[in-house]
Order: sequence, then C-alpha cells, then structure tokens
Amino acid sequence: MKKEGQTIGEVLRQRGISRRSFLKFCATTASIMALPPTMAPVIAATLEKTKRPSVIWLSFQECTGCAESLTRSHSATIEDLIFNVISLDYQHTLQACAGHFAEHIREEVIAEHDGEFILIVDGSIPLKDGGVYSTIAGMTNEQILKQTAAHAAAVVSVGTCAAYGGIPKADPNPTGAVSVADIIKDKPIINVPGCPPIPVVITGVLVQYLTFGLPELDDLGRPKAFYGHSIHDRCYRRPFYDKGLFAETFDDEGAKKGWCLYKLGCKGPTTFNACATTKWNDGTSFPIESGHPCLGCSEPDFWDAGSFYKSLSTPTGNIAEKAIYAAGAGLLAGAAIGAVHRTKKQAAVRQHRRATIDDLGEGS
Amino acid sequence: MNGPSFERGYNTLKEQIDAPVAAFFSSCVHCGMCAEACLFYTETGDPKYTPIHKLEPLRKVWKQEYTFWGKLGKALGISKALSDEDLSDWETLVYDSCTLCGRCSMVCPVGNDLAYMIRKLREGMAISGHAPPGLIGATKRAVTIGSPMGVKFPALQAQIRHAEAETGLTLPVDKAEADYMLLLSSMEVMNFPEFIGAVAKIFAQAELNWTISSEAFEATNSGIQIGVSDIAAELVQRIVDAAENLGVKNVISPECGHAYMAIRWEGPNLIGRPYNFKVIHILELLEQLHKEGRLKLKDKDVRRLTYHDPCQIGRRGGVLEQPRNLLNAVAANFVEMPDTAGMNWCCGAGGGVSANERADELRIRAFKRKKAQLDAVQPDALVSACANCRIQLEEGLEEYHTDIPVVSLTETIVEHLDGLGSKEGHPS
Amino acid sequence: MTDVELLLWVRGPAFDIATVILCAGMVIRFMEIFMLGRKANLAEARGSEMAGGLGTVFRRTLVDTGTFKRTPFTVVAGWLFHIGLFVIIFLFVPHILVFEGATGLSWPGLPSNIVDAFAVITIVTLLAILIHRWRDPVLRLLSEFNDYLVWLVTFTPVLTGWLAFHRVGAAPAALIAVHILSVELLMVLFPFTKLSHAFTLWVARWYNGAIAGYKGVKS
Repeated sequence: MKKEGQTIGEVLRQRGISRRSFLKFCATTASIMALPPTMAPVIAATLEKTKRPSVIWLSFQECTGCAESLTRSHSATIEDLIFNVISLDYQHTLQACAGHFAEHIREEVIAEHDGEFILIVDGSIPLKDGGVYSTIAGMTNEQILKQTAAHAAAVVSVGTCAAYGGIPKADPNPTGAVSVADIIKDKPIINVPGCPPIPVVITGVLVQYLTFGLPELDDLGRPKAFYGHSIHDRCYRRPFYDKGLFAETFDDEGAKKGWCLYKLGCKGPTTFNACATTKWNDGTSFPIESGHPCLGCSEPDFWDAGSFYKSLSTPTGNIAEKAIYAAGAGLLAGAAIGAVHRTKKQAAVRQHRRATIDDLGEGS
Repeated sequence: MNGPSFERGYNTLKEQIDAPVAAFFSSCVHCGMCAEACLFYTETGDPKYTPIHKLEPLRKVWKQEYTFWGKLGKALGISKALSDEDLSDWETLVYDSCTLCGRCSMVCPVGNDLAYMIRKLREGMAISGHAPPGLIGATKRAVTIGSPMGVKFPALQAQIRHAEAETGLTLPVDKAEADYMLLLSSMEVMNFPEFIGAVAKIFAQAELNWTISSEAFEATNSGIQIGVSDIAAELVQRIVDAAENLGVKNVISPECGHAYMAIRWEGPNLIGRPYNFKVIHILELLEQLHKEGRLKLKDKDVRRLTYHDPCQIGRRGGVLEQPRNLLNAVAANFVEMPDTAGMNWCCGAGGGVSANERADELRIRAFKRKKAQLDAVQPDALVSACANCRIQLEEGLEEYHTDIPVVSLTETIVEHLDGLGSKEGHPS
Repeated sequence: MTDVELLLWVRGPAFDIATVILCAGMVIRFMEIFMLGRKANLAEARGSEMAGGLGTVFRRTLVDTGTFKRTPFTVVAGWLFHIGLFVIIFLFVPHILVFEGATGLSWPGLPSNIVDAFAVITIVTLLAILIHRWRDPVLRLLSEFNDYLVWLVTFTPVLTGWLAFHRVGAAPAALIAVHILSVELLMVLFPFTKLSHAFTLWVARWYNGAIAGYKGVKS
C-alpha cells in the first residue's frame, strides 16, 4: 500500500519546527553551497513543496563514523533538521527495529517508492571470496546493493569508503573492497567523500539534490559546490606557504606560530573538500587549524599515498641508499669498462710504428 | 708496410686520446663561444671554422672507441664510423684554418683546451696522409737538410761573419762547457739576420758565456706543426745531443714561437726523459740580465709602441710578463692592445699555416683581426718576438696598405744599449 | 591509472630507477674519463698544476670583456637560466624537502613567489635560447638532435613545475606527477648527453688550468 507522501512543509508544521528555524537551515545550506543569500528563500520555497523523500541508508564495510559524524552535532537544529526533511526509513544505527523486520521495511520501501527513493551508502563493498566478508541476513553486501540500487532514483556514496573504497581497500585489501561506483553503473551516483565527510556537507548535498536536482560533479563524482576547491587554495595558513615559513616539527616555534604544515606532510594541495571554509563542529576548527597536516581523507587511495608525514612531492623510497648502491655498482662497472678502454689504448700504443717522413705522402 | 694509411691514422688517434680529451668532449655543450675566439671565424664569418667543429673527427673516435654508449651505437650501426673521407674533408679545417694559437682554449666556458686537442688530431691526420703538401715538404726538408727552409750551417756561418764584421765581436761556435747555447730559426737566419748581431752585442755587454752549435742551430720544429711526434722527437734530439755533447748549462730559444713550445714544453716528453740542461727563452734571459743589472739601457724609445704576443711564447708558453717588463724599461710610450697578453689575437700564420701555400688567402684574410687591434691602438711601431709573426705582420700590413714598421723586441733593446754601440750601424 | 596512482608510481619505483641510472651512469662516465690516464709531464714545471687547475675551475665562470662583447647573448642567457635553475632547484622549499629526504641536509629556502619569478625568467630565457640555437649559423652547424633533446628535457621540468605550482591545466596530483616524471626523464638522460657537463666541466676546467699552470699561465 503506497502511502500518500506528505510534503516537507507539511511535516515541518506537523512537528512544530518554527519557520525561523527552517529558514535559518535554508540560509546555512545556501551559504555552504557558496550560493548568495537570495537563494535561501528559493531553497525554502522548493523544499516546502517537495514531497518528503524516502531514504534507505545501507551500511557495508564501514566504521559507522559517517553516521556518527552526521548525528553528532553541537548545534541541534542544522544536522538534526535533515531528519525532518527526509524520511530515513532504513539505517542500521538509528533504526528502532532489528532483524528480519528491518529487512522487511527495506523491501517495502523499495516496492512502494520504486524509482523515487534516495539510496545512501556508507562503507566499501567486499568482493573477494564471493563477498563473504560482509553479509546481512544471509545476503552479501554486493547482492543487497545491487538489489536496492536497481530501484533507487539516485545513489549517494557517503564517506571515502563508499566513494572510493577507503580504508578497507588499503594495501593489501584482504577483502577485495571496492567502491559503490565500481559496482553500480546505471544510476546517478553522487560521491560525498571524507573520512568522515563534514556533517553539513552531507546534509547540504541532500538538500542540493532535493532543491536543484543532480548537482554538477567533478571528475571524481563529487559535487563541485562542496569539493570544487582544494584545502590549499582556501587554507588560512597559505600566506605562510607562499612566504616559505614552515613548521619543522609539531612543537617548534613555527608550529606555535601557526606556520604552514607542508613540511610535515600536509596533503592540502591535492585534497578537495570544504574543511578550510566550512570547518568542523559547526565551524570550530579543522585539522590544520588544530596543528595537524591534512591527511587528504576525501581523496582516493589516501591511505596508500605514502606517509601522512611526508609531503606529496617527495620520493617515497630510500633515495640515499639507492644512490650509494648505484654509485658502488657504477664504480665496479666503470672500473671494468674503463679497463676495457685502457687495454684498447695500450694495444693502440703497442701497435704504434715509428713515423718517418716517408709516411707523410707527397710534399711540395 | 710503409707510407700513410687510414688504419695507422685511426690507431694514432686512439693512442692520443687521454683523460683530458675525454673530459673535454664530455663537457662541450655546443655553446659556440669558441667561434668568436678564433680569428679564422671572426674574419670570415664561416661557421665551419668553429674550433670545436674542427675537432669532429677526434670526437668521433673518442665517442666510438672510449664510451660505452658510443661503442654500442657504432656496433648497432646507429652512428657512422670515422672514415678516411672524413679526415680528408677535415684537412683544411685542421691545418689551414688553425694556428694552434689556443685562444679558444682560454674562452671555452666548460674549460676545453681545444688547441691541445687539435695538436693530437693532427697526429692522426698526418700519418693518414692528410697533411698539407707545403707542410709535408717543410718537414721533409727539416729532417733531411736540417731546416724547413733548407738552411744549412754554411748559410748561418755567412750570417755570423756579417754580424762579426758589423759588431766587431767574435761569435763563439761549438764552445764546450758554455753556459748558454743559442738556437736560431731559419726565418731569422734568412730574413732577420740582424738578430744575430743584436744578441751578440747584448751577450758581450752582459759578459755571457755563450755559443752556437754547428751541429744543431735550428730552433724550429716542423714535426710539432705537422703533428708527428716521432719526427718532432727526432728534431729535438738533435738539439739535445748537441747541447749535452757540448756540456752547456742552458739552451736559449730565440724569437720564434713554436720553437719555444717544442724545446721547452714538448721536448722532454717527446724524447722520453728530462734534459741535462735548462731551457730559457731569449726574452726570459734578457729580463733576467736586466734585473741583474747586466743589461744597461739608455734613452728610452719615444715612439708609441705596442706589443704583439706570439701565441706559443705567451699564452701557450708562459712568457707574458717578461716582454712587458723589458718594454717598460726601454720604451717611454708602451701601450697595450685591446685584448692583450694571454688574450691577444694570433697573427694568423703560426702552427704551420705560413708553410702551407694553399692557406695563403685565408691567412691574409685572418690578419684583419690583428689589423683591427692596430687600428684601435694606432702605434708608431709594432714590436714582437717571433720571426714568423714578423713576416706575417709585415705582409699583412702591406696587403692592407698600413704603414707601421714591425720590429723585434731584442733589436729594440739593442738600439738602446748603453755603452756598447759600434762605430757604424746602430744608433745609440 | 588515477592521478594519485601515477603520482605514487613516479614518487616510488620511477624515482628509484632514475636515481640509480643517474648515479651509476655518472660514476661510469667519470671512470671512463679518468681511466684513460694522462702522461706524466717530464718538462721542468714553471708553476703549479693544482693551483692552476683550481684557479681555472673558478676563474672560467667569468668572461673577459672582449669575449663578452662578441657573445653577449650566450653569456647573459647562460647566466640567467643557470641561476634560475639553481634558485628553482635548490631554494624552493618543496625541492629542499626532496634533498632533505635523500641526504638529511636542509637549508632555508626563498619565498615561493620569488622562486616563481625566477621560474618565469628561466622559461623565457630558455625559449630565447632555443630560438637563438636555431637561428645562429654557428649553432646551427654545431647542433644535433641531442642538443634539442637536452633543451626539451631541461625546459619541460621548469614549465611543468611552474604549472604545478600555479595549479593550472589539470588536477593538482596529475600536475605534480607529470612534473616529477619530467625530472626523472632529465635524470635518466644525464649520463648519456651533454647534460653530464654539470659534473664533468669541473674536471675539464681543472685539466685546462693544470696544463696552463704548469707553464705558468693563468687560463
């Protein structure tokens, strides 16, 4: 039986959410999408009329950090409000029910909102050995994903694990972990990477989708509104980078003065996320501001990209050792080659016959 | 088998390549600055006279014989081996358009001594039959007659007698145990015999114990110029034998460029052992005598004088300060050329070029570089210390209708010798 | 291959290979030079070989006035791009980090915008040098494939480095990867081309100065 869906506006009024709170939510969402304040009423108007969508949230090989990030907030209204804007019908950590009944809910949503519901995925999907490393109710993650995604309107891969494979995929990848996009090829996928992603980015992407439809994505499938700039290009410590002032250790004078963390391995230059502008904990801080170099957690293979504490433009191997061995090998090879040349020269000297004027040719 | 052959030439080039040559070719970056140091390029504008280009055959042998990569390239057929045709094509570059002046060696930013390498390349060129006929003829005469110009001792004896008549002095010949044995170049004997009398006067004033050897008076060494060390060694050996037989302490190298290079720097290496005597250039000796107060001068020359450094004596020989000290002692108005001393320009005729008739036109053209220096200085007279340079300078100045007398430094000194003037001849 | 995978490869195995080829190759080159030997000089020395050699090693960096007037472009352009390369390679902090990783030695760098200015000057100068090499008759005669190849592998790192610094043209990781790759190409070609002059010219200058110094001449 298909329930007649309520609009978001109807739900908000039903739950007693004040218009002021709702507008504040729309204004914040507009600003984190880097839209002008005039867009806030547009977002509000659209959301009010939009049918409150059903959302299935599938969790696979994940640490639950993404769900924790979303629900852990100091400012109750912003992230919390999302649960009034969407109908989160299936989510392992937050749902009340369990066991077969929970799975039944999932199947019901699929049937009732075929082609309409949003599928959110966090965690990577193991494929090795038939996918046995993560199963729910006897079904592998791969099976569940394929079965569910086939009926979804769109897929949102929340967290680097779902978006790119994340930590389970790190070398040696014992479970054969892959990303959602590696399996699902026929549905629009929005990647919202991060380890975890910033809470307001998660909610902002959802609101953006509901308001404006599928957002403009970069070549890694990330919404450009939130992932269009690198940390480096928005970092408040950038003037120090440009001036060549770097912290050498975590507690030296430079570190205390808040100098650039490039030498300590900061991946800011190659990491695209909203951390430097939107920050974390309702704008409190972000890793660099707290004195730790960016790990690049919203990028593919960030765990395998060499040490967190070695900059991205340095060689990963032991160059000095290689150079010394090479020089030693060169010395031996050079001695051999040089000996060959020397012998050749000595042979030429031995072949020398004393030259006389008869050896010169015709003179005048 | 006797006679020139490509195989002998190629083998000789392999012999000649040493660590410096390898370092030089490894370092050349094709910057082209050596061209602007070479008077044959500057006065013709023809890029083929670029010094490093002249060395291409030697570079090929180095690359294909003494570098791993070059040997591989040759074996795989990627690079062509050096051919007799290459040597033939390069003959005029190596002999007609190079005097071994070494100015390129002073300019190369990576430090290549190109003249050093040309000298070695000539060893391979000559023994493969690719030396200029004029130079071959001179060399044959040097070996068989004793002088490239065919000057035998009787000719020198005649000049000695003239000098004795003029100066009233007796010139010692074959004096055993003398302190100094004087060598002479054929050019001086034939074209500038005044030098002999001048030297006699100076030595008399200084009370020098000196002699000339009838066995070996010829200072020039065609072997050096054509680039055949075995022949050069034979010619040096004659001097060494004569000097050591007479038991002299020093051998004087006269006003001739490459003669100094031959006897002072190459000689012991050619014959394979140090001498039992020292070698001193006439300019070194004169300066030494002047310092010791044994050379008394008076009445400085008031003409505006400038000095042409013979390349093999100055830049390549190391006698740079002495002529200047002497000129400052004897001249009131000595001015340096622009680009002077170690950077002075070659006259264009050294290194065998003047013995090579085929190169006459090029040689006269190259002289324009020296003329430009003179135009800048506008001297009353041009002083030098090499008879071969003198001939070229005189010939060149005449060709370009420039009236500047060319004088020998030794003779200039003699003109201002105090106390030993002769009745006739030299103004005091 | 993703950008990050390429970047990891160029930072890892590719850099190792390039380092090995550069070091082994240059050592072999030096051995090839030195083992040919030099005959002892039996003539009586007038001056010191060592003093002459060392003197020329330093002195030959400068150009006499007359020669400068005849080759102003070569001298000025040569100075400009060599100084530019020195500043870029040794005084840019991300590069100093590479040296620190390899040798443990570190030194202060210049502000990045100053290095950027030097990079622009270097790029322009290198382009001018290419045009000059093509048009000047002497250089036209002397130049062969290797000269143009060396120009290209020298120019490309400077250009790609500048692009990577300014983050234009492609994703940052890709830009850095291409830049490091171009440097590796330069490293690999070092022992086999005239690039080796960076190491061998000190030897060549020394020999030149030694030969002259023996005779008492300052070359």
